Amino acid sequence: MQTYDLSERGLRGLNSVLHAQREETNRTGWEVVNPRGSHAIAVGLDAPLEIIVKGSTGYYCAGMNQGATIRVEGSVGPGVAENMMSGSVVVEGDASQYAGATGHGGLLVIKGNASSRCGISMKGIDIVVHGNVGHMSAFMAQAGNLVVCGDAGDALGDSIYEARLFVRGSVKSLGADCVEKEMRPEHVGILEDLLERADLHARPEEFRRYGSARKLYNFDIDNVADY
Amino acid sequence: MNDTDTAIPRTLPIRSATFTNEVNAEIRRAAATGIYDIRGGGAKRRVPNFDDLLFLGASVSRYPLEGYRERCDTSVTLGTRFARNPIELDIPITIAGMSFGALSGPAKEALGRGASAAGTSTTTGDGGMTPEERRHSSTLVYQYLPSRYGMNPNDLRQADAIEVVVGQGAKPGGGGMLLGQKISDRVAEMRTLPKGIDQRSACRHPDWTGPDDLEIKILELREITDWRVPIYVKVGATRPYYDTALAVKAGADVVVMDGMQGGTAATQDVFIEHVGLPTLACIRPAVHALQDLDVHREVQLVISGGIRSGADVAKALALGADAVAIGTAALIAMGDNDPRWEAEYQELGSTSGAYDDWHEGRDPAGITTQDPDLAARLDPVEAGRRLRNYLKVMTLEAQTMARACGHNHLRNFEAEDLCALTMEAAAMAQVPLAGTDWYPGKGGF
Repeated sequence: MQTYDLSERGLRGLNSVLHAQREETNRTGWEVVNPRGSHAIAVGLDAPLEIIVKGSTGYYCAGMNQGATIRVEGSVGPGVAENMMSGSVVVEGDASQYAGATGHGGLLVIKGNASSRCGISMKGIDIVVHGNVGHMSAFMAQAGNLVVCGDAGDALGDSIYEARLFVRGSVKSLGADCVEKEMRPEHVGILEDLLERADLHARPEEFRRYGSARKLYNFDIDNVADY
Repeated sequence: MNDTDTAIPRTLPIRSATFTNEVNAEIRRAAATGIYDIRGGGAKRRVPNFDDLLFLGASVSRYPLEGYRERCDTSVTLGTRFARNPIELDIPITIAGMSFGALSGPAKEALGRGASAAGTSTTTGDGGMTPEERRHSSTLVYQYLPSRYGMNPNDLRQADAIEVVVGQGAKPGGGGMLLGQKISDRVAEMRTLPKGIDQRSACRHPDWTGPDDLEIKILELREITDWRVPIYVKVGATRPYYDTALAVKAGADVVVMDGMQGGTAATQDVFIEHVGLPTLACIRPAVHALQDLDVHREVQLVISGGIRSGADVAKALALGADAVAIGTAALIAMGDNDPRWEAEYQELGSTSGAYDDWHEGRDPAGITTQDPDLAARLDPVEAGRRLRNYLKVMTLEAQTMARACGHNHLRNFEAEDLCALTMEAAAMAQVPLAGTDWYPGKGGF
């Protein structure tokens, strides 16, 4: 395990050294100490590295991750794992706004709560939140799965496309074109897998599924009151 | 005496200047369909523009350079502020961002071919980067847009520059809508959405709000690309002084300012015609912002929106821009709205020169379409050659203006080379009204 002291060696050095690691590297394990809320920690990684961040981070931690496993032993600022392509990111604490925004793949696990717009414009990422999510989560969500073990705030899934939303607790309100849907066996299977991968002991039958009514997919003058 | 002699003279029918035939037709169309008019292109209304400016040329106080003999350079470097690898272009005329989706694959390839042959850059658009455009573009700017359709870090790392798009001149404050007719299998796959649905492009970025966040977003992009490539910030012209200042504060290497004549693939006509500033009006405030921050020429300014000729290029540079970007003009050079397709434009209820239903995907020229049969009409090699020729002509025209003003490089144009034909243009460009040493807003009265 390599140790990188961010307060001493700086952000640019951290990301450049991580970018320099290739698939065949034997320096796969990295521990980042003294993050002190810095932005853009471990962004743009493109190798199967295992990163542990010892503390809380600022904006865009693990942004655009490809293949790396990143664990944050603290809370994260806005945009954690934004546009992630693959790999996994685990946040031991809470996440600020836009967690997992526009992510195309990989798994984001937030063990605390996530603020507003969690999963906004998600495009294939899987997000599991142990706690609650704030308002406008999964806004314009295109693909992937958002699992919320607690409650969801206002306007969940507003203008949603083909993403699947699973919520165990209450939903304060659904956004435009988002409706509750039948939980079929294939959805139970997806949920079981995600709960297991997120280290969560919950029963799929406790969740309700939400998705798109597909009424807004093509403009219709009779639907303008919906938005 | 007959009936004619006793007839009372009638008032001639008077057409309203308010309710013109065009206005009435639009009211009837709206009443019949229940939807506003959507179209492509930029503002069609007459606004003060570069035609309202003139070059003064050499005189007793200034001497010209010899045409066809004395050298007049045209190169420009963009992104000198922070990037390790600034962009070096042979000419200060770049190709603006236009998406694969809005444009056909052959059209995107032609843009890359033409720009590369002329020694300049082209730009991706909403929906991401296609391998074809990367392969055929020697210098490719990758747009980072609110929708993040097709946003891929591998493409980001392949780009020669990144353009964070905050807005565009045709619709500042608005997003986009690529209608279902243009969503082919490939476009749908690139954007991770079902085929045939209307694809909304968001009007604001999903993971940042405001200039303070933008600074952190730019930091992230720089970290991902190891501070290698320049980062542009593109805005639609509305508050050019403050938007430029805030982009500089956020860390931009280049500011791209797009006026309301700048085109779009599809937006409401009411938006295109009634929101934003004319290109002419946004240059000087943007330049003043750069000067006030002492970064004019260190942070480069690219101007776009209705640039058509070398004279337009020269005037934009004289007002303080470092380069320009063209979109609509490039499409026309490649064959858009060509009279050779007149019969088909007529069938679509339009005419060559006025066709703007680019969103419908039925472009006879094969440029703004995803229909494979129509797209096959455009030969990307030939269209690229036409674009190269056009870019070369614009450059020659700008050099002609420069030599006439006594400049041996296009970058040496200055506002003192210009005068204005109208009060409006004088006020917007802040150059004297022709024959005077005064412009509105300048003291002296």
